[in-house]
Amino acid sequence: MNCKNYKFTVLTFVIAAFLVLFSNPLSAAKSDDKPFDAGPFIIEHVTDSYGWHICGDGDKSVTIPLPIILVDNGHLVTFMSNKLHHGEAAYNGYAMGWGEQKGAIVKLQDDYTGHLEEGSEYAVDHVCKFNISITKNVCALFISLILISWIFLAVAKSYKRRPNEAPRGMQALVEPVIVFLQDEVINPSLGHHAEKYTPYLLTLFFFILLNNLMGLIPIFPGGANLTGNIAVTGILALITFFVTQFSAGKEYWVDIVNTPGVPWWLKIPLPIMPFVELMGVFTKPFVLMVRLFANITAGHIIVLGFISLIFIFGQMAPAIGYGVSVVSVFFYIFMGCLELLVAFIQAFVFTLLSAIYIGMACGNEETPEIVK
Amino acid sequence: MELIKPSFGLIFWMLLGFGILFFILAKFAWPVITKGIANRNKKIQDQLDEAARVHAELENLNTKHEEMLATAKAERDEILAEARKISDNIQETAKLKADAEAQAIIEEAKKAIHFEKMKAMTDVKNEIANLSIEIAEKVITEDLSDKQKQERLIEKWVEESNLN
Repeated sequence: MNCKNYKFTVLTFVIAAFLVLFSNPLSAAKSDDKPFDAGPFIIEHVTDSYGWHICGDGDKSVTIPLPIILVDNGHLVTFMSNKLHHGEAAYNGYAMGWGEQKGAIVKLQDDYTGHLEEGSEYAVDHVCKFNISITKNVCALFISLILISWIFLAVAKSYKRRPNEAPRGMQALVEPVIVFLQDEVINPSLGHHAEKYTPYLLTLFFFILLNNLMGLIPIFPGGANLTGNIAVTGILALITFFVTQFSAGKEYWVDIVNTPGVPWWLKIPLPIMPFVELMGVFTKPFVLMVRLFANITAGHIIVLGFISLIFIFGQMAPAIGYGVSVVSVFFYIFMGCLELLVAFIQAFVFTLLSAIYIGMACGNEETPEIVK
Repeated sequence: MELIKPSFGLIFWMLLGFGILFFILAKFAWPVITKGIANRNKKIQDQLDEAARVHAELENLNTKHEEMLATAKAERDEILAEARKISDNIQETAKLKADAEAQAIIEEAKKAIHFEKMKAMTDVKNEIANLSIEIAEKVITEDLSDKQKQERLIEKWVEESNLN
């Protein structure tokens, strides 16, 4: 067994070394006209994009084109993202926004198709508000939706096919997690309301977990920073917020308006405490949103920072670039392990806090053992 | 700024996609899975309870069995002891009876021997008497002048009488 582990480690390092060689710090050094800028490089990788970049640079890059779907002036406009050439071209007057409008699709004043010259000014007519393009993140979302549906429908099927038998395969992989969540998170937080909210909380957990893990895979179909996107975490937090509000009993509102155990002068004449409590209603989901977004994005930024170091030093002298790459890859592996841990922790924390918030709104007095 | 500015498209697809995912899983996956787990838990618990019950029953049976065995052993011992006592008794009586019988037989034998002895004595006496009379008769009839002759005669008679 030891021998096998040793071989595995060696293999990992060999593969890592190959990847470092192929990433080729020299390429960064060669393009003298454009010095490597880590900031935009990192931001570009953690934000959304209209195509799914696989490898390569500039004109030689390999990118999966994704459809752009707009509703502009009541007309449905669809075309593939490769028509825009990473923002260097316009198609029927549509182009990628720049400056303030970066990330959006803008309509130029004239219906121009072709290359956009650098340095020349193009007059923007308006920004396309209703933009439901299948971006990289949306595509990753679809992939993860299909994957999750497939996994759990298969698991459900195996429960149906072999009732009351020991779990096998995928079923054995997810069952302990489901049981753990039920026993340690959902049931203690929600008491007798648990059954009603179990589907939502389980969906939430596995959605976040799977997307966190997919985000750690550097190449297609992973690599999209979905759970590190504020829109995604925002929607998840918003759903938890609405579920909490709609499952709130009378007690919940009474506690906000007339908080028990607080001196009266904090409520009358100035309603300080009710105000604080009301703030809490909104800060809770807000914090949920920010926590997941920040944790996942921060992890990706650090990894990209380490990778950027290779190119920054490679620009100074290729030899230094190679030297730094060893250190960078080592740190990348370390961060990868940390991010793997964070992927599980953040999915767990989001689910746990959602369960607790809903539980508090339902009037479940007990705090789960795991929080204590 | 782009990093913390949610895009409309992603919000739209996220709401739609997550909604559909939730609908699919809540309808076709979670109830089946949670019910499946709960049912299996129940089955396992039932079987554990059943096993405990059976075990207790077995233990009970075992105790009963042991009790029965102990009783049977005690009974057997009792019966054996009784049997031994009876057999001892029988032996004792038999021995006594045999002794008495033997004594009686010996007595009888002694009596018979005595009787035979007496009879033999009487016979001997009679014989002696007869012999004496005969000898006397012969002595009387024979000439007893010669001493040698007398001795021979006596020997002859004794021999004759011995032959009888």
